Amino acid sequence: MIRLYDDLIIQTVCRIMIPLIQLFALYVIAHGHYSPGGGFQGGCILGASFILMLIAYDINWMKRRFSEDINILMIAFGVLLYAVIGLICVLLGAEYLNYGIIHKIIPLDPVRVRALGTLGIEIGVGITVMAVMVSIFLNLTTFGKHEKGEV
Amino acid sequence: MIWIMEILILTIVLICALAAIHVRDLLSSAILLGAYSFLMCILWAEMGAVDVAFTEAAVGAGISTAFFIGAIYQTTRRTKD
Repeated sequence: MIRLYDDLIIQTVCRIMIPLIQLFALYVIAHGHYSPGGGFQGGCILGASFILMLIAYDINWMKRRFSEDINILMIAFGVLLYAVIGLICVLLGAEYLNYGIIHKIIPLDPVRVRALGTLGIEIGVGITVMAVMVSIFLNLTTFGKHEKGEV
Repeated sequence: MIWIMEILILTIVLICALAAIHVRDLLSSAILLGAYSFLMCILWAEMGAVDVAFTEAAVGAGISTAFFIGAIYQTTRRTKD
């Protein structure tokens, strides 16, 4: 479907742009609770950087770096991170996602622990959104046949 | 806030939306929807809803345009009707 098209300008510009896009996406995820942004927006930008890599090169080139198995595992891992942080709060005797209670096991200020819990949730959402966006684009452009290498 | 700017952006948004419906080429239609999305993002940022504007810029103008172009690859560019 998307085959390798050797174009020096496109490949050089993408090689310079992709790390900057990923750095900006990590900034958006990490500053989600201080400024506009958050897990969903940062995950979308991070997924867009992988989609740009997929368009500028080809699918097999990208799958050597970011394979389909790792992609599916990352979808599940983000949801697992969200659920585990929520359930830790329940096990310590507070409501689901009431992060302030985690200061019982992490010896820090409760306000700081609450901010760290929000950061963990944002990272989980970001990982899941990034992997789902890449997975949707791969299945959309290849009729879902990319697993057998029939692209 | 600045009513001249709001009316100007709303007019361009309306033109982009009508053009995206009426144009015959599906690739042009997808690009016009991206432009519509980006202008809505400017409008929301101008009204003070920065978080909604950020989401619109990331999802509407970025990812969904790529999805539309990926879907157009599987079909023909010209519409029949």
